[in-house]
Amino acid sequence: HPAFLLPDCRRYSVGHLSVKERIDMKRKAALVGGGQKRIDAQHKRGKLTARERVELLLDPESFVESDMFVEHRCSDFGMEQDRNKFPGDSVVTGRGRINGRLVYVFSQDFTVFGGSLSGAHAQKICKIMDQAMTVGAPVIGLNDSGGARIQEGVESLAGYADIFLRNVLASGVVPQISLIMGPCAGGAVYSPALTDFTFMVKDTSYLFITGPDVVKSVTNEDVTQEELGGAKTHTTVSGVAHHAFENDVDALLNMREFFNFLPLSNQDPSPIRACHDPSDRLVTSLDTIVPFETTKAYDMLDIIHAIVDERDFFEIMPSYAKNIVVGFARMNGRTVGIVGNQPKVASGCLDINSSVKGARFVRFCDAFNIPIITFVDVPGFLPGTAQEYGGIIRHGAKLLYAFAEATVPKITIITRKAYGGAYDVMSSKHLRGDVNYAWPSAEVAVMGAKGAVQIIFRGKENQAEAEAEYVEKFANPFPAAVRGFVDDIIEPATTRKKICRDLEVLASKKQVNPWKKHANIPL
Amino acid sequence: VKKSRRCVGDKNTKSVFCLPPQTFDKILIANRGEIACRVIKTCQKMGIKSVAVHSDVDASAVHVKMADEAVCVGPAPTSKSYLNMDAIMDAIRSTGAQAVHPGYGFLSENKEFAKRLAAEGVTFIGPDTHAIMAMGDKIESKLIAKAAKVNTIPGFDGVVETADDAVKIAQQIGYPVMIKASAGGGGKGMRIAWNDEETREGFRFSSQEAASSFGDDRLLIEKYIDNPRHIEIQVLADKHGNALWLNERECSIQRRNQKVVEEAPSTFLDSVTRRAMGEQAVQLAKAVQYSSAGTVEFLVDSKKNFYFLEMNTRLQVEHPITECITGLDLVEQMIRVAKGYKLLHKQEDIPINGWAIESRVYAEDPYKSFGLPSIGRLSQYQEPLNLSNVRVDSGIQEGSDISIYYDPMISKLVTYGATRAEALSKMEDALDNYVIRGVTHNIPLLREIITHPRFISGDISTNFLPEVYPDGFKGHQLEVGNRRELLASAAALYITAQLRSQKVLGNLRVSSTPVECTHWELCAELGEGLYSMEVEVDGGKVEVSGQWNLASTLLPLTINGTDRMLQFKVRVLSKLAAELNSYMPEKVAEDTSSILRSPMPGSVVAVSVKPGDTVAEGQEICVIEAMKMQNSLTAAKQAKVKKVHCKPGETVGEGDLLVELE
Repeated sequence: HPAFLLPDCRRYSVGHLSVKERIDMKRKAALVGGGQKRIDAQHKRGKLTARERVELLLDPESFVESDMFVEHRCSDFGMEQDRNKFPGDSVVTGRGRINGRLVYVFSQDFTVFGGSLSGAHAQKICKIMDQAMTVGAPVIGLNDSGGARIQEGVESLAGYADIFLRNVLASGVVPQISLIMGPCAGGAVYSPALTDFTFMVKDTSYLFITGPDVVKSVTNEDVTQEELGGAKTHTTVSGVAHHAFENDVDALLNMREFFNFLPLSNQDPSPIRACHDPSDRLVTSLDTIVPFETTKAYDMLDIIHAIVDERDFFEIMPSYAKNIVVGFARMNGRTVGIVGNQPKVASGCLDINSSVKGARFVRFCDAFNIPIITFVDVPGFLPGTAQEYGGIIRHGAKLLYAFAEATVPKITIITRKAYGGAYDVMSSKHLRGDVNYAWPSAEVAVMGAKGAVQIIFRGKENQAEAEAEYVEKFANPFPAAVRGFVDDIIEPATTRKKICRDLEVLASKKQVNPWKKHANIPL
Repeated sequence: VKKSRRCVGDKNTKSVFCLPPQTFDKILIANRGEIACRVIKTCQKMGIKSVAVHSDVDASAVHVKMADEAVCVGPAPTSKSYLNMDAIMDAIRSTGAQAVHPGYGFLSENKEFAKRLAAEGVTFIGPDTHAIMAMGDKIESKLIAKAAKVNTIPGFDGVVETADDAVKIAQQIGYPVMIKASAGGGGKGMRIAWNDEETREGFRFSSQEAASSFGDDRLLIEKYIDNPRHIEIQVLADKHGNALWLNERECSIQRRNQKVVEEAPSTFLDSVTRRAMGEQAVQLAKAVQYSSAGTVEFLVDSKKNFYFLEMNTRLQVEHPITECITGLDLVEQMIRVAKGYKLLHKQEDIPINGWAIESRVYAEDPYKSFGLPSIGRLSQYQEPLNLSNVRVDSGIQEGSDISIYYDPMISKLVTYGATRAEALSKMEDALDNYVIRGVTHNIPLLREIITHPRFISGDISTNFLPEVYPDGFKGHQLEVGNRRELLASAAALYITAQLRSQKVLGNLRVSSTPVECTHWELCAELGEGLYSMEVEVDGGKVEVSGQWNLASTLLPLTINGTDRMLQFKVRVLSKLAAELNSYMPEKVAEDTSSILRSPMPGSVVAVSVKPGDTVAEGQEICVIEAMKMQNSLTAAKQAKVKKVHCKPGETVGEGDLLVELE
């Protein structure tokens, strides 16, 4: 009986078994990957196995596996021996459903050759990516791999490149999500980097081009894996990852929640879930949120939580470039992308990192038909040599470019400051904002009163009087409103109601940019 | 906001709601928060214009919006705004207010303020200056009380000069002793000492607190009555020598000498004792020619001996419960009396109608010494005014900030019933229906107190909390039945959310053959426990139904036929996720014995150590002041000080690192 032979069936010659029995045996072998010992070791590291991850990510019994019988084709270094062959090789691939919606998944199996990428491994991933493109469904990659299958040499490198190419071709066609759940080093990192979102698991996942040993030998720096490429580094310092989760279970359950926000492809509309939160709910707490003193901070997240459905906001990059807040929420059930300046951090000014963070998010929303709601309280771009030398001009231009290029419904609410060039950038009327509102506390001006008066009335006396006059004239929403640069000045409490109503109207918005091979965003 | 106070007085006392007499055209309320709102409501009822004063951070506060006029009197710190007499006098002049209601706290018992008002011909809605002076000084008040034949506590009737004096006096009276600020009130500047060492420490703390709270560091010492009840008599007197007692309030449930739950009447008093206390209170009021509303506080021992504690020459925080059982509007009476009218009532007119209970809802963490201040923004806030016989006195609304500058009280929740049992059951409902999000609050503790068998039986004293929860309040301990109900509700919520996630409107690419699930295996994390459940949709054992949805802040559920109002946070996992969760590593918690973090937001008053010092376990490391309360933070172990991260005068947030030990 085949079951009798498990788990070490691979050691037996299979030639004398019937085909049916061989099928069963292979399938069973595929299910245990690298064997119980390695599964235990995986668990001991606080990680789930590739199959456990897939099972938890997808709806029960919805997983349809492909290429369970694929094996690597390497014949060097003794790899051709039966004991070095694992049905399915080091990755589990297939499709399934999350809350009934189609998704393609690959999950690298660390218990088989450390999840290393062979030609066969890459081929399996490419196959499901191609299918996902054909039918228009997202791809989620669960990365847990030691790197290239060194025994295979260039074949492995070719495999990476095949995946990269597909990542690029799929970009903007179907959402691609990477969840780093173990090591991901060397060339392998470029696949997650090309996908729309990279999420990590705290303490057990690493992303780096070269590991600590190579770093030590080349630059003589002493650095740990965690410091070099752990979840904390990438979510706070480098901005490579978009979110970090506590552990595998937490990450996978959050992926299910996150997936609910996304459309299946660029041909599908932004999803609408049944909504219990009244769309005409008045949010009275917003009437007092903006402090009287213009220099005093408040938390933009308070506004976002209060306005969106059920206070449910999935923030992207919550720990990086915190002077801008981006993330997904729903308005009357419909997925929207939210962008907001955060007055609590660096007064909400725009700098290199926040511009890049905002731009990438806006472009994702635009690619996948997700309306963008922008909350503006921005005193301008951050001055200084660090910013200028770092290229704030070309990085700031990215955000400007992204907002200008976007053709999805765009609603903008100026809560307080909208100063200078940053006013233009933040989804202004001039960049084809569909609906632009100002709260009564809004100030649309070239700069703050003090700075403006020092220039206009340089060397004159009565600076205080001039400042008062400037405040009277410009520190309010009227200059923008009389020119039609904002469509209305609204009571903060009514913001939710108005946005929900506008989104309904804008659902049929059609806007096309001029034909081009592709645009040339200032990278 | 205008709805937020429901009059729950009895119909039989409608005589007091007759047309208000002509009093003042305009009253300035020299206070903030709920009491300012409370006074403004009566002003509105009486057709009097109201003027609010406020600090700059309070510019959009509820009391400012309610008032007819508002004047900013300074920046956030109370010493520069609500205690800033010059600015308040200016506000009075600029608005032309004829009278000032001081509320409680701040300038309510400040003789200097009353004098300055009198000098400008502005009426102070409260007693005359001499009564404030006489009763405001604990030493003098005791002498006057003695002379008026009011029972007093044995103790030292003079000012204590030094810590050594304090020890000597304490030894004479015999331990335990109470050290308190002569000018104090509200539990501030108060310490109990059981030995010489504690006396010295208490002397130091009390004088510091007294200096910072009242600007007067004089202290006195008296015999500490162990396990007493705190019962106070409300008095009301006019300027014509008439005085009434409006029955008692039982205020024994306290933490750190501050009241938490109050009720009127007391379960403990018989009519003889009540009358004796009431009559002594009136004797005292008359002895100082008291006018306006005032409160005479007594300690009552187990044998119903009562001792005069102090007289508060102002409107008390807990006055609403007296209003509930007597039907009188005390603020209205104060305004009438201030104008010079005679009292409308005779002693025999004062009824006890039904029972009223007040819970003080605070923004504080009840799991830390029964309540350490918490701050934040009320992201969601909903008062239980959907229930009858509920009165909520509050000065905040959704979106308000609870800041470090002021008292962290959110509201006074008052329920009323024909009987105590009725009032208590209403209180339970009201607490369950109260939604407060964004700050930590003490509703769990309040609910625990009012449902505790000892409280229900009336067996309480000022030591109730430490006696019932000797190791501190740990939260409600769920019984098996309740837990099952809660889990069932959590499961119902989880499944509803799961089913909804499968409903994507207008999307044709959702699987047309969804898995119809009628049987779920789930696991819930509740507190530190893990509970597995099998849920049958249609046909399970615990039946959960109700009108609610996934956007509700409150969950009105019918569980096995019983109506429940629920708010909870339970993490529910599928059986698979729960099983796999067992492989997840425990995150290593920070070793907290070698670091000292601020338990609450506040400012650093003193740092007693420097790097390199060796501290003993329990030795004071630094002192944090929040909401005018000083808290001594001590070392958790004997160790050398590695690094000090704070310095005196600094503002720190909750959880901020203060000192590292080696």
